[in-house]
Amino acid sequence: MPAATLARSVLLEARRGGLPWLAIAAVALGLGLAAFASQVALTESLALQAALVASVLRACAVFLVAAQVTASTLREMQDKGLELMLSFPFSRTTHYLGRLAGFVACGAALALAFAAPLLAWAAPGAVALWAVSLAGEAALVAAAALFFAMTLAQFVPAIAATAGLYLLARSIGAIQAIAAGPLAEASLASRIAQHAVDAVALALPRLDAMTRTAWLLYEAPSALAYAAALGSALVYTLLLVAAGLFDFHRRSV
Amino acid sequence: MPRWVLGALVLSLAAQIAWQAVRQAGAPPATDLAPAPGAQALRLASFGEPEAASRLVMLHLQSYDLQGLDYRRLVDWLDSVLELDPRSQYPLFAAARVFAETADPARSRLALDFVHRQFLRDPNRRWPWLAHAALLAKHRLKDLPLARGYAQALDRHTSARDVPLWARQMEIFILEDLNELEAAKIMIGGLLESGTLKDPAELRFLKERLDELEARLAGQKR
Repeated sequence: MPAATLARSVLLEARRGGLPWLAIAAVALGLGLAAFASQVALTESLALQAALVASVLRACAVFLVAAQVTASTLREMQDKGLELMLSFPFSRTTHYLGRLAGFVACGAALALAFAAPLLAWAAPGAVALWAVSLAGEAALVAAAALFFAMTLAQFVPAIAATAGLYLLARSIGAIQAIAAGPLAEASLASRIAQHAVDAVALALPRLDAMTRTAWLLYEAPSALAYAAALGSALVYTLLLVAAGLFDFHRRSV
Repeated sequence: MPRWVLGALVLSLAAQIAWQAVRQAGAPPATDLAPAPGAQALRLASFGEPEAASRLVMLHLQSYDLQGLDYRRLVDWLDSVLELDPRSQYPLFAAARVFAETADPARSRLALDFVHRQFLRDPNRRWPWLAHAALLAKHRLKDLPLARGYAQALDRHTSARDVPLWARQMEIFILEDLNELEAAKIMIGGLLESGTLKDPAELRFLKERLDELEARLAGQKR
């Protein structure tokens, strides 16, 4: 199957490009920061360790996936590897989805590797929920990075767009709360701003509901809330894939 | 490679290390505590990680020199941090066991008032801090009515089964003729027995506090 071959080649490229070493460095960074911070904490040292490790590893997973996808895609485009691939007897859809599957598998492997250290602080069930959510988040970021890399065809704009989308998606809940808060002015401009923020929120996934550190520290989410978070990420990933395929099919290359 | 390039690299590295070594790193001056941001602003800055952000902010707050610290601003910060992660005990621990244990009665009262106010929002989880506040009100502020008021609040507002009896009967505890060290030892023993005290950093901190208290009382007796 060409898609499976493409996915395997993406995984091989990630392995040879040093992604496992970067993952190990990320784990070491998270554990080091947590160990340092917990030495100065007066209380909740274990919770502080878990929270720091989880938040650092989540950020590292997203960054590594975005960077890997963007760099790999742009290298293929600039080395004319994309044109070579398109000369083979399989469709553009197969090419796009095959590469995306490889990147999603990279994200899942990173999520699994980054969840393992958290077993020192949290129950296996909670860590499993966190890991699956992180894999979903990484898949969304992979789809976004692939879309921006193919569309913008430059490294810095593609990474900036991916980072901007991710950070906005993680903070849109807080932005909406500020816009609609009791201290907000009841003026026309304020209402327009609030509606504008709500409109932007319609076009974003709610990443602040995914991969929550609270699941590790306190209690697991309800089945409905967890399913809603993953469902939101899945819908948005499909949207990004559809947008990417649309752009890829209409391009002359 | 030209030798001047190597020389420039070595010199600039030496200058960097020397420059940073001369800087004195220590507790930031008390006047540097900025006005507290709102909880929503902190939530925005946390990018969806309120649990980690709340604890990092507490590490930042505890780095300040308490001498001359604006306690009203400090309490505003603690309010915002607690709203960011309401289930964290760190702000209340710091308020009750660090910020309230100051020689200035007015500032101590501000910290204790924060503990009392936040206790009323979640009494079944935040009772240990009000229990300690009651002890401080009695032994440090010498304000028995305030201590009894806190003790009565503990009895009136806690309802969970895991709140130990001695906490609910804090008023009797307050009225007992115990010195501060004896009272603190009994309370910490009770917390250990009920399983409320588990964190290794907290255990270490409380042991140091007991040792300091013991040394202070021994010094007063002489």
